[in-house]
Amino acid sequence: MLKVMSEKELTQKSVEYRKKILKYIYQAKAGHTGGSLSCIDILNVLYNYTMDVDPGHFDSPDRDRYIQSKGHTVEALYVVLASRGFFPESDLETLCKYQSHYIGHPTRKVHGVEQNTGALGHGLSLSVGTAIAGKLDKRDYRVFTVLGDGELPEGSNWEAALSASHYKLDNLCAILDKNTLQISGPTSAVCNTDPVDEKFGAFGWAVRHVDGHNIAELMAAFDALPFEKGKPSLIIAHTVKGKGVSYMENQLKWHHGVPDPKQYADAIQELDLLEETLS
Amino acid sequence: MQEIVDATIENIAVSQRTNLEVFSGTLQHLAQTDRDIIVVTSDSRGSGKLVPFGQKFPEQIIEVGIAEQNLVGVAAGLASTGKKVFAVSPACFLTARALEQIKNDVAYSNNPVKLIGISAGVSYGALGSTHHSLHDFAVLRTINNMMIVAPADNFEAEQAILLAAESDIPVYIRFGKKQMPLLSEDEKTFEFGKGRIVREGSDLTIIGAGETVAPALRAAEKLRREHHVAAAVVSMHTIKPLDYDLLRDIAATGQPVITVEEHSVYGGLGEACASFLIQHDFHNRFKIMGIPDEYTVTGSQTEIFNHYGISEGGIAAAALGLIS
Repeated sequence: MLKVMSEKELTQKSVEYRKKILKYIYQAKAGHTGGSLSCIDILNVLYNYTMDVDPGHFDSPDRDRYIQSKGHTVEALYVVLASRGFFPESDLETLCKYQSHYIGHPTRKVHGVEQNTGALGHGLSLSVGTAIAGKLDKRDYRVFTVLGDGELPEGSNWEAALSASHYKLDNLCAILDKNTLQISGPTSAVCNTDPVDEKFGAFGWAVRHVDGHNIAELMAAFDALPFEKGKPSLIIAHTVKGKGVSYMENQLKWHHGVPDPKQYADAIQELDLLEETLS
Repeated sequence: MQEIVDATIENIAVSQRTNLEVFSGTLQHLAQTDRDIIVVTSDSRGSGKLVPFGQKFPEQIIEVGIAEQNLVGVAAGLASTGKKVFAVSPACFLTARALEQIKNDVAYSNNPVKLIGISAGVSYGALGSTHHSLHDFAVLRTINNMMIVAPADNFEAEQAILLAAESDIPVYIRFGKKQMPLLSEDEKTFEFGKGRIVREGSDLTIIGAGETVAPALRAAEKLRREHHVAAAVVSMHTIKPLDYDLLRDIAATGQPVITVEEHSVYGGLGEACASFLIQHDFHNRFKIMGIPDEYTVTGSQTEIFNHYGISEGGIAAAALGLIS
């Protein structure tokens, strides 16, 4: 069973997760650092507060589902699943290594992963299908998916957004990790998707904005689901790419940058200091 | 070898039903007792002969509109919960527009969706190359964890649907629009991956799939009647996994082999057979018939078939060329 964490515990957990994300990316010499750090607070609150899912009952038809559409930030998902006991954290020592199951995008070979993702613009349709099944079977599970703002130009997202409102999927919640940066530059410069709230609103979604690093705001938003009966919910989480490591924040190079030993030590030191202030 | 008696040109019995009608009827039969049967359509319930299904089981049909990527993604999500999901769309769009969803959401994630490609091959005839699927065998063959099936008669169509409903891996089934022949009255067994010998003959073997099996049978009869040549005909309904045992038996006779497919000559049934044979030291005379690497001539399906030799006369002529 899920032991629901308090706001304080969640806040502390986020720091621990950030350190682990950095540790495993540093060891693997590969990973999507900036985006993992921008979405980790969302995953933390989902897995330690909101969702009804646990490793002992992962085959339960009533479990809440999480499908990571922005699959490339899998390091955030792996450290959260490990801490929830889906697999021993030591498995992550093999991240991206020869013959490891822990590859650079989510795979169902890893216990706790619902769907293989990685190509962008797939998570929302998968979530819509899963949510429709919940309605058909009159089960009360919910389906959560984290989208990246960089993947929104994929047309399949908008096909899925139409279906979600058409089928009145108020058991579906998408969280947009709006860190405003993608691999070639600011998302607004690559392909502007704003005003994204109005776009989803026009597609029939109920939309709220939160500070995606504010644990209390995330908890409150998830507690308020569905925002409107008969509508899918979108939480636009305003986030910072590289959040928590000052030299990484809002810096494009950390999209999939890997810290060198000095940078890694500096990052851990910064997070250690933050951890001390929280304890 | 024996010939089956009902395969003369005149009396290859043509059933009154298309394979699509068999598909729709079989699904309705299944849905009566199984609420997990779900059909997902992309504005394709009419062309998929699914209007009666939708009327009888309105909660078991999901319409996504003309949006094939979403069709397949939604189908995969539904299948992940244990639903037996048939995603139905014209083969040309399903296997090109939604190829990435087929690759990742269905095959790689192992959500056992039953992908139903309707009006496949050149069934749309003069509507042109946008509506033709001459690539589907080739692209889907290269995707791991995907079966590919092209039924050649109503029996194979019904059996394929029944097996697909219970399959725990993804399957692509391709249907045309033609009323189909009854290849054999007394056939009782059907297995994915096991080709059917629908006519025996000791001079050469013609391997077809789907709607090319009927012209292959007519060609075999023409060869018997006019040239005293005994051609065997195989319905290789499962393109993947291919029936290697049967291929080995055919090749071991040393006789020529012709493959005939409603598909590009690149990457389909013919090259799949050729690849197996050449890698197992079989050097039978061999010919791949199908659609050459071009946008097809304008015409009906039958006219296109005739133009490229996928016909009684065309296949018979190719056979005579190989055995000469």
